[in-house]
Order: sequence, then C-alpha cells, then structure tokens
Amino acid sequence: MSASTAPPPSSTVIRPKLSELFRAFVIVSISGFGGALPWARRMIVEQRRWMTAEEFNEAFALSQFLPGPNVVNFSVVFGSRFGGAPGAAVAFAGLMGPPLIIVTILAVLYARFGDIEALGRILAGITAAATGLLIAVVAKMATPLFRKRWDWAPLIAIAAFVGVAIMQWPLPLVFVVLAPVSVACAWVTR
Amino acid sequence: MNDNPLISLAGYFALLSLFAVGGANAAIPEMHRIAVEVMHWMSDRQFADSFAISQVSPGPNIIIVTLIGYHVAGLAGAAVATAAMCGPTCVLAFLVARTWDRFKAARWRIAIQAGLVPVSLGLIAASAFVLARSADHNIYAAAITAMTAIVGFATRINPLWIFAVGGVLGLSGWL
Repeated sequence: MSASTAPPPSSTVIRPKLSELFRAFVIVSISGFGGALPWARRMIVEQRRWMTAEEFNEAFALSQFLPGPNVVNFSVVFGSRFGGAPGAAVAFAGLMGPPLIIVTILAVLYARFGDIEALGRILAGITAAATGLLIAVVAKMATPLFRKRWDWAPLIAIAAFVGVAIMQWPLPLVFVVLAPVSVACAWVTR
Repeated sequence: MNDNPLISLAGYFALLSLFAVGGANAAIPEMHRIAVEVMHWMSDRQFADSFAISQVSPGPNIIIVTLIGYHVAGLAGAAVATAAMCGPTCVLAFLVARTWDRFKAARWRIAIQAGLVPVSLGLIAASAFVLARSADHNIYAAAITAMTAIVGFATRINPLWIFAVGGVLGLSGWL
C-alpha cells in the first residue's frame, strides 16, 4: 500500500502474485462493512490495476449469476483467473480468514456473556436497525422492478415472499417451483 | 435428519448454499426456519443476536453460519457450517468461471439472470419480515426499524453509524 507499489501510469493490466492476491482480499474483507464490493472495485481496478472496469463488471456479473454470497463467488472467480485453483483458494482464504477468526472470538464471548441483560439490549437495538437497512435494500431493489408496467417480475417477487415468509415453506421448495417460471417469463418477454 | 449435529449442519447448509440466490440476506428465513423451528438449535432471540453480531463483524454477512455452527457444536460446528455454506458455491464458481466466456452472451444465460432477480428480491423481503418479527417486539424497536429503513433508503450513510445508534438506543432501555 506504500507509494513505491503504486501502479505504473499505463493502462496495462498487472498480474498479481499469490501473496498479493491473499493480502488484497484480506484488506477487502476487513474493510468491507456494509458490502465488500466497493472496496474490491477500488482495490482491484483503481489501486492495483489488476482488471479494467469492464473486466471487473463482467467478473462480478458472473458472481451474481451464481448462487451464494456474491463476494465469496467473486474471490473464487478472480483468484482462479489469475492463479488457477491455488489462486482461488488463496483469494477465498484471504476473504474469509480474518472474519472467521473475529467471529469465532465473538461467538466464544457470546456463549459466555450472552445472558448479560445489557448486551442483549444492545444486540436487540442493532437487530432492529439492521432490519431497517434490509428493508431499505428491498425498497431499492424493488423500485426499478415495480416501476415498469405491471408485469411478471413483481408477481414472482410477491410469490417468493409469501411462500417463504408467510407460508414458511422450505426455501429449496419455493425456489424449485418459482425459479423455472420466472426464468421462462424472462425468456419469453425479452 | 441425523443425530450427529455436525452432519445436520453440513447437510442443511450445503443444500442452502446452492439455493441462496441473493446471498446471505436471502438465506435468513431458511436458516431461521431450520435453526429455530425445525432443529430447535437456538431460540428466536439467539438467532436475532447472531444476526446482529454478523452485521457488525467485518467481512461477508454469510459469516452468520459460523455463529450458528458454533452455537450448535463449538469450534467443529463453526468450521463445518462455514465450509458447507461456502464449499459447494465455491466449487461451482470455479467451474463456471472457466466456461463463462462460452455462454456469457447466450440468451438462456441472460434469461436465468433476469429471472432470478425477482426471486431473490422476494427472498430478501422475506428475510426482513422474519427479522422484524424477531426484533420488533414493541413500538420502540419497530420505530428504530422504520427510521433506519428510511435513512438507509434515502442516504448512503455507513451502516456502522446506524448500528451504533441502534445499539445505544437498545442499551438505553427502550426496547
């Protein structure tokens, strides 16, 4: 991160070493409150110049296409691109290692002190606030989807919500029923 | 499923990992259903606490599975739950990344991606619903949720500030 490692002022893409890959994802991971993606973009495109903005967007589109946490997928996609299987493993380890250590310590502390009333009140306040942020995420996602004229997409979203939240059906079941319908609608309406 | 909690953790989370379109936020209701209602691994409140801890920890939010795993079976449970939640999707990502160029422009690929957006929106909305039911036991907690929803929608404030305010309001004894 020092000035001596600043990228050269050319647009050529630099190929990272495994140790650099690991360090970069450690930094992304511990900076990544409220979404690691902006940090990953800044690090990879702007600071290190390992990818152009277009390549980054494409790798991220692939990560979103896959199930599971996007940033975890991204670490594997990015790491494998520059270092094959070892690169993927190193990027994943950098991303998940520090949070795993921190969260395990927090889990041990919670197991010991979780009954303290003050701690319970603090966590209840954080949960109430984090729930509000999740509602904001839903509202942001829903705006473009519902702004279009009334079509299939909002109906699918509402069906998924009702199935999981109200009926409390298992997620895999709801997914197996709704996803093919939704994909078929997307196919037909394009 | 099985008497050994490690096998249950591995089975449930490995399956869930492949259906969690939209990431950790979309998987909350299923985790809650399994951990609280089906397996009785933890209480509603312990689940909500785990969610709060995962939110204020650095790194991907999927780290909540580490907390659930630890609660169920200690360090081994934490390791098994995390590996099960990340393993299948990482292998899939690795395999798909090598063939992506061949189908990235294919019509079926674009239809799948477009079709999954409303599904994951519905799932994330369900997460908010499940968490609100666990967290908003009184009018004050519901008010915090409503206020942070508006602030989160209208601004790009760092979530840590919102969590800090929520934590202080909680400590002050209103909730």
